[in-house]
Amino acid sequence: MAQQTRSLEDRAQTWPRWLRDLVADWSSDQQTFKVNWGKAMMWIFIVSDMFVFGSFLSAYAAARLSATLPWPDPAKVFALHIGESEVPLLLIAIMTFVLISSSGTMAIAVKYGYERHRAKAALFLTLTALLGLTFVGMQAFEWTKLIREGFRPWANPMGAPQFGSSFFMITGFHGLHVTAGVIYLATIASQVLRGAYEKIGYQRVEIAGLYWHFVDLVWVFIFAFFYLF
Amino acid sequence: MSHHDHHQSFWTRYIFSQDHKVIAIQYTVTALFIGLVGLVLSWLMRLQLGFPGEFRFLNPGSYYQILTQHGMIMIVYLLTAILLGGFGNYLIPLMIGARDMAFPFLNMLSYWVYLLSVIVLVAAFFVPGGPTGAGWTLYPPLSALPNAAPGSGWGIKLMLVSLVIFIASATMGGLNYVTTVLQCRTKGMTLMRMPLSVWGIFIGAAMALLAFPALFVGGVMLLLDNLLGTSFFIPAVTLFGQQLPREGGNPLLFQHLFWYFGHPEVYVVILPAMGIASELIATHSRKPIFGYKAMVIAMAAIAVIGFLVWAHHMFVSGMNPYFGFFFAVSTLIIAIPSAVKVYNWLLTLWRGKIQFNTPMLFGIGWISTFIIGGLTGLPLGNVIADVPLHDTYFVVGHFHLVMGVAALMAIFGGIYHWFPKVTGRMFNETLGKLHFWVTFVGAYMIFFPMFLLGILGVPRRYFDFEALQYLPTQTAGLNIVITIAALIVGAAQVVFLVNLIWSAVRGRRAESNPWHATTLEWQTPTTPPPHGNWGAETPTVYRWAYDYSVPGAERDFIPQNVPATPTVPAGTARTV
Repeated sequence: MAQQTRSLEDRAQTWPRWLRDLVADWSSDQQTFKVNWGKAMMWIFIVSDMFVFGSFLSAYAAARLSATLPWPDPAKVFALHIGESEVPLLLIAIMTFVLISSSGTMAIAVKYGYERHRAKAALFLTLTALLGLTFVGMQAFEWTKLIREGFRPWANPMGAPQFGSSFFMITGFHGLHVTAGVIYLATIASQVLRGAYEKIGYQRVEIAGLYWHFVDLVWVFIFAFFYLF
Repeated sequence: MSHHDHHQSFWTRYIFSQDHKVIAIQYTVTALFIGLVGLVLSWLMRLQLGFPGEFRFLNPGSYYQILTQHGMIMIVYLLTAILLGGFGNYLIPLMIGARDMAFPFLNMLSYWVYLLSVIVLVAAFFVPGGPTGAGWTLYPPLSALPNAAPGSGWGIKLMLVSLVIFIASATMGGLNYVTTVLQCRTKGMTLMRMPLSVWGIFIGAAMALLAFPALFVGGVMLLLDNLLGTSFFIPAVTLFGQQLPREGGNPLLFQHLFWYFGHPEVYVVILPAMGIASELIATHSRKPIFGYKAMVIAMAAIAVIGFLVWAHHMFVSGMNPYFGFFFAVSTLIIAIPSAVKVYNWLLTLWRGKIQFNTPMLFGIGWISTFIIGGLTGLPLGNVIADVPLHDTYFVVGHFHLVMGVAALMAIFGGIYHWFPKVTGRMFNETLGKLHFWVTFVGAYMIFFPMFLLGILGVPRRYFDFEALQYLPTQTAGLNIVITIAALIVGAAQVVFLVNLIWSAVRGRRAESNPWHATTLEWQTPTTPPPHGNWGAETPTVYRWAYDYSVPGAERDFIPQNVPATPTVPAGTARTV
């Protein structure tokens, strides 16, 4: 009898530690995750936004598979002419490098925030925003170049019209995320400088960082599926 | 956390309020208003179907516009908004013992953005060409080509813009509901002590956050097809012998995106309704809900499997037979957790002290319509049975009963149940019962004959059936019966509204816990609860949400915030 009615706590003794911690967290009162509300919400938002980008990329894959005209070769479309030679993917390599670097400066800003080095935290936040701005600027350059070469959302000279449609839609949507992120980071940087977080702590810098790293991570997928294949 | 009520003006207290209770009322009133518009649209459709040709202002074009708007309004702007925005906002903080949502400002913004989406939706009725008539599923190429469907100019664009705005609002709301349930519970309120209403709304809101993205993406792509002339969804089309210049798009892609949203959306609506129904049934039969853990697990299972069944809406669109097999099997598997829930409600009623008041009648009405609507879904989940039934009234009867009427039963029951808490006054019981019986019997008179019509082969979405020689003449008679029932049921909703408005002003004063319920919202210091809900101290929770008729207890209910007392002999109290 006693064997059959062993309580959950008894049985839990034999579970691995991570599982016990997980069950303890999820079955506790007040808070499921021991983080502040803003951070929890940002994580949930990121999961939801991941589904938006996931849907965009799946839709792109489906559009590409069912296009009837030949799909343009990304190595040719995204090549830069430097002097005599044509360098494939040069601009996009620089853009990706800039955006990935901005994740590094963001991480440094979070560290300085928690260490309460206000000036340094604000400096690295500003640097992150500037790198983001550089990325958007280079994207504008890339769009201008393609539009000059005759690429439009509804047609392009190199093949399937769905290429331009997907390209402008997805990079545009990601660019909007980066632009929003730049404004977001600039706001946080000015709050840090004003000393607004001295009392309530520097979690908001980290929350902004979560968003920024997410936008960078999404870019890796867009880069891989759009430019490399 | 302190709350300063004193310096609030009329505007910040009642209009631009950040109080979850005011926002809940705003959501509910707006959703009921747009729901009335949807109701009148259904009358217009029924007038044509019951008495074809009698009403000259209806023509095939306007019929499709009415049909499209009716579907979209009822599913998105009424059901989703009232269950998550209305009930979610009111119940979550009160039931988990919080003072408000986690992000009150975001919550307020969510309502105003929702109102904007409703305004854009209604605006489509007043633009050249009128609202879109491309069907509520907005399938391309009909919805993507100019002049293909009525309202293909302004109408479709406003529809898509309104949906995108609605999704922004639902995302803001959903983030709030999920974060609040996870992070803002009061002392002692563990996840497994939460009332099932909160569980249903929580899981429904989480599903909305993962399902709406697909509609957003599909909507943006369709908008680009309409605005910029892209060809995401437009294949090679020959129109009047002319090959269109656009080609290479994939119309099936839109159906996948739409139903990847559309099927989970059914559960976004049904799970909160299930939660509310559980509350009604347990409280008014004075019994603990049967199988609480099974109820929670069943809802979670429905949520997970609900994301893997979407293509059962597309059996007739054509797909690889193995896919059809997969989606048929996953669809039928969902019947298992659904059946677990139905049995648990029935076993909760079993030998309970059932109070046949208005909320309970609607609770029982919910079980009935959910069973009939659910069972008729089983044949539709099988590819072989779906193919002949798919484009008939069988489908109309099925989803109206299971998703429309059943959800409305829970909503009406919920509104009556919490009305004393929201307004501090009782509703009129006689009018409430009248509302119930006309709605319940009338709904069956409307939708039950549709199963027969469907089996006889009456196609859905048709403006008239004149050219269909194979239909028996009785179908016309059945259509007249349905139309008359629809007019009466619609009129009965006036009784409901009059009851609400009159009782809110003139009703008898309600006690703070008129149903003798256990959950926290009935234990507030004043009724209606003030801004901040709890006065000086938030409540502490000592027990689960369903301590009804505990053997040995003084009264037949023990509120969640009552500590364990010696009046309960050890071992008899149900603890979780």
